[in-house]
Amino acid sequence: MLSTKTILDIESIRKDFPILQRRVHGKPLVYFDNAATSQKPKQVIEAMEFYYKNYNANIHRSIHELGEEATAKFEEAHGKIADFIKADSYQNIIFTKNTTESLNLVAYSLTAGLKKGDEIAVSQMEHHSNFVPWQQLAKQRGLKLKFIKIDDEGKLDGESIRENITKKTKIVSLTHVSNVLGTINPIGEIAKIAHENDALMVVDGAQAAPHMPIDVKKLDADFYAFSGHKMLGPTGIGVLYGKKELLESMQPFLYGGEMIREVTFDGTSFNELPWKFEAGTMNIAEGVGLGVAIDYLTKIGMNHVQGRDKELVSYAVEKLSEVDGVTIYGPKERGAVVSFNVDNIHAHDVAQILDSEGVAIRAGHHCCMPLMSVLKVPATARASFYLYNTEQEIDAFINGIHKVKNVFGV
Amino acid sequence: MMYQENILDHYKSPRNFGKIDKASVHHHEYNPLCGDEIEMFLVIEDKKIVDVKFNGHGCAISQASASMLTEQIKGKSVEELKKLTKENILEMLGIPLSPVRLKCALLSLDTLKNSILIYEKYIER
Repeated sequence: MLSTKTILDIESIRKDFPILQRRVHGKPLVYFDNAATSQKPKQVIEAMEFYYKNYNANIHRSIHELGEEATAKFEEAHGKIADFIKADSYQNIIFTKNTTESLNLVAYSLTAGLKKGDEIAVSQMEHHSNFVPWQQLAKQRGLKLKFIKIDDEGKLDGESIRENITKKTKIVSLTHVSNVLGTINPIGEIAKIAHENDALMVVDGAQAAPHMPIDVKKLDADFYAFSGHKMLGPTGIGVLYGKKELLESMQPFLYGGEMIREVTFDGTSFNELPWKFEAGTMNIAEGVGLGVAIDYLTKIGMNHVQGRDKELVSYAVEKLSEVDGVTIYGPKERGAVVSFNVDNIHAHDVAQILDSEGVAIRAGHHCCMPLMSVLKVPATARASFYLYNTEQEIDAFINGIHKVKNVFGV
Repeated sequence: MMYQENILDHYKSPRNFGKIDKASVHHHEYNPLCGDEIEMFLVIEDKKIVDVKFNGHGCAISQASASMLTEQIKGKSVEELKKLTKENILEMLGIPLSPVRLKCALLSLDTLKNSILIYEKYIER
């Protein structure tokens, strides 16, 4: 029996994830790399297989039964996402490849309208995907990139927020939950400050949307980006939510088939939302798969997913804190990730020895090299959790940490 | 098993660790993926390595590899060292390495080879 406090039936949830039956190096797999990508339930895998076996066709253009079935399912997935994040309609939901593409779409489109010297504010804890696009476009277009600092606990510094969001700021782009520190940023409050200064609020929700109920209207985010593959869905499908009036006024990011209304030798008028931003044949099976992943999460309830995450991460932090020589990064109130280092042992060595015990964690800079320089470490190890993980797995992980210490004799 | 005793021994007590003030050439390489760093100092006389030291930090594989390499190259000719390959390093370490960890293991060889390149191109007359 699994001893969990949760009201969720973890044992039956685990049965939905075929990969959890796997053994790694002869040990049961303990998958704690969920912040990188989550595992997939059989419902998602089967829905994608069913699509390919039964109604594979191109969407939006085929006047035949298969094409109509595929189109209906693909469009329905947009509607499911809209409900999931409390958006007005499927028209606010653009499918992309992933969070990175969503953020690039926003960055390219929004910065095209800015003037030299206009400012964009990001924070020190951003993932490279919410950092490099702004940095590079700022360089190309003569814009100024400002950095909101983090405090010693790993939260955004209140004073630095006020200092860096001013009347000169046109765009504020922040992560909702840090993929390294686990910090949950007060997006609603910051959006208010951004809007008081007539700046737009862009949110990287890659680590938030899979783990907590999201209400884009309550947050008052102008744009909200996330990836399907971190929330039980397949890779190759991501989401960009945008306010309708903004999406309508923006230039398309990719030009080509399907995103047009009419093309002549002289010019092109564009399709209606959201298709205006979905050029070319999209990842249809992946869109269908993401729709089923959303069904799965909705059935469980995101408040329950969040509650379960909290139980797991608190247990992990408690157990890790009891191990001598372990440094934990990030604030007490955190998402489902815990970054840490063990004595002076390099994070890659920690991950390698844990792997030999069947425990999969991430080690490195987590695509946050600027943040690593703020924390003054070359790398951290990171364990990240999801609804199918258990306290017993955390115990196996802690045993693995002791093994790391034994191997290195510390 | 990757963390064999000899690897851990070299990691914990690296040989030829330190700096040489009057080195013929010194060069620093960085592996941004892991944050491994190695700086190598070579004293070269008559096209031979007469002394070598290294400095750095990082994972056990990168540092043990540098330590073992410095032991092997003392007294060798520059020409011999230029012929060193990935296979030589793997043989020296004697452990199975995943593709991801190969970069850690080979950082010392990259540092050595680039040191020699710089020496031949800019320092040696």
